[in-house]
Amino acid sequence: MKLKDAAHLFRLAGVFAAGILIFILVRSYLVPKSFGQYGHFRGDALTEIKAQPISYAGHQACEACHSDVLDLKSKGKHAQVNCEACHGPLAKHADDPGGVTPEKLDTAKLCVRCHEANSAKPKKFPQVASMEHSGGLACNECHTPHSPAIVTEGGKK
Amino acid sequence: MNMTRRHFLVLLPAAALAWENILAGAPETATNYHTSEHWWGMLVDIEKCIGCGSCVRACQKENNVPDGYYRTWIERYRIKEVNGVETLEVDSPDGGMNGFPSSNEPGVKEFFVPKMCNHCADSPCTQVCPVGATFVTPDGVVLVDEKYCLGCRYCIQACPYGCRFLHPQKNVAQKCTLCYHRITQGLTTACCENCPTGARQLADLKNPKDPIHEFLRTHSVQVLKPHLATGAKLFYNGLDGAVR
Ligand code: HEC
Ligand code: HEC
Ligand code: HEC
Ligand code: HEC
Repeated sequence: MKLKDAAHLFRLAGVFAAGILIFILVRSYLVPKSFGQYGHFRGDALTEIKAQPISYAGHQACEACHSDVLDLKSKGKHAQVNCEACHGPLAKHADDPGGVTPEKLDTAKLCVRCHEANSAKPKKFPQVASMEHSGGLACNECHTPHSPAIVTEGGKK
Repeated sequence: MNMTRRHFLVLLPAAALAWENILAGAPETATNYHTSEHWWGMLVDIEKCIGCGSCVRACQKENNVPDGYYRTWIERYRIKEVNGVETLEVDSPDGGMNGFPSSNEPGVKEFFVPKMCNHCADSPCTQVCPVGATFVTPDGVVLVDEKYCLGCRYCIQACPYGCRFLHPQKNVAQKCTLCYHRITQGLTTACCENCPTGARQLADLKNPKDPIHEFLRTHSVQVLKPHLATGAKLFYNGLDGAVR
């Protein structure tokens, strides 16, 4: 008798329960699994971004095989210039040195990128007006790229 | 009453399934990189930048950035006085990727300012995204989830530093990822790797051994647009007041 009076309430509760369940189901279907793993975003996005391949192997990678160049370079003025700043991205070469040979560099273009005189460069950075300085000659005619400073008789260089 | 019970019984397995889905968060993939142990930023030393464009070229190659778009770029500031009024010229031919022509104009203050995403801790760009596709990671890097980005461009407008662009083919917002694929493997970013003078340095603010702490203590270092309180983590040493 009393229960019969309340039947409509139970029906209503049933509708609510079903509604909530459908909501939970739809939500669990729509919200990506890794959502909230690290924060309010899809955690798998980090894994996907991390999976991007590397082009620049990094200075340490070269050190293992090219210790001769490293020795020379670390004593010269280019000590803090990393290999790939001049040689370009060489991760593929570091993985497979036989299969991927680095390109030959054209020093007449390479060196002036950094050393061409420019009034906006810091004054203490060594710079030359390349046309006057080398007259179009390739820079490695006179400079050793891995240890570039030239000691002249008068000066300390 | 009977109806609800039947309903209930029918829905029970489905509910169990749903519950399982909720509980099963994928466990952190096993690597020795833990997001909670890092807080990345970058130090830019204006006094060392020679405007050679190595960073820009390296970024383009490392991240396959489409031509004409830049995740990092170099600006040249030229400040001169014309009739007692300070005037400002800023240029950035091709993002500075091939260097800058010398101006050789006397009496002008000139310097280079490399720019990129500031990886703000309280970033305006992540707050406006309607679908949560851009976010700050626990290690302090602002990233874009390309699968969920709609390409609505809100974030591009919201960035006060102009660091985002819409990828012309993919139609998603793109920006500097701080080479997330490199720094999580113990490498530095492509731009820092290729900077010949050390004008750019990746900094881990949570690592007590990182030289950044000593540097911040002994130099007066600024961020861009500090009044916006974005929590920018691109620290500039020797920044001129004219730089915006
Ligand atoms: C696994 C060992 C290994 C690693 C790592 C490696 N190299 Fe090499 N590299 C070689 C070998 C072997 C050769 C000679 C192969 C040839 O002549 O084709 C070579 C050749 C070169 C050459 C060309 C020399 C020439 O005669 O023209 C350059 C430049 C070079 N490497 C630069 C690099 C740089 C920069 C890196 C770091 C990213 C690097 N290598 C990493 C083994 C390595
Ligand atoms: C300042 C720019 C510069 C830097 C930095 C640099 N190289 Fe070179 N490297 C050159 C140039 C220029 C040549 C000669 C041109 C050529 O043959 O490609 C060369 C030649 C080489 C060669 C082949 C011939 C030789 O002289 O041994 C190897 C191997 C090489 N580099 C490896 C390296 C490695 C490894 C590093 C990092 C430790 C490095 N280079 C850093 C510019 C550079
Ligand atoms: C990626 C930029 C870069 C490139 C490319 C580059 N250099 Fe350098 N070079 C530097 C830096 C940085 C220094 C160190 C400057 C300093 O000591 O403040 C330097 C120093 C020098 C010096 C020593 C100057 C002195 O103080 O005595 C010479 C000479 C030199 N480079 C020549 C060359 C030559 C030749 C090439 C081409 C093979 C070359 N550089 C390519 C960045 C570069
Ligand atoms: C004909 C030989 C020769 C050629 C070619 C040459 N240099 Fe030099 N370079 C020298 C000599 C010698 C010195 C040292 C004397 C001096 O300090 O002026 C020097 C010094 C330098 C310095 C240091 C200047 C300073 O202020 O400390 C730089 C930088 C430099 N050269 C860059 C280059 C570049 C870049 C090229 C290629 C465009 C190049 N050189 C081609 C002979 C040459």
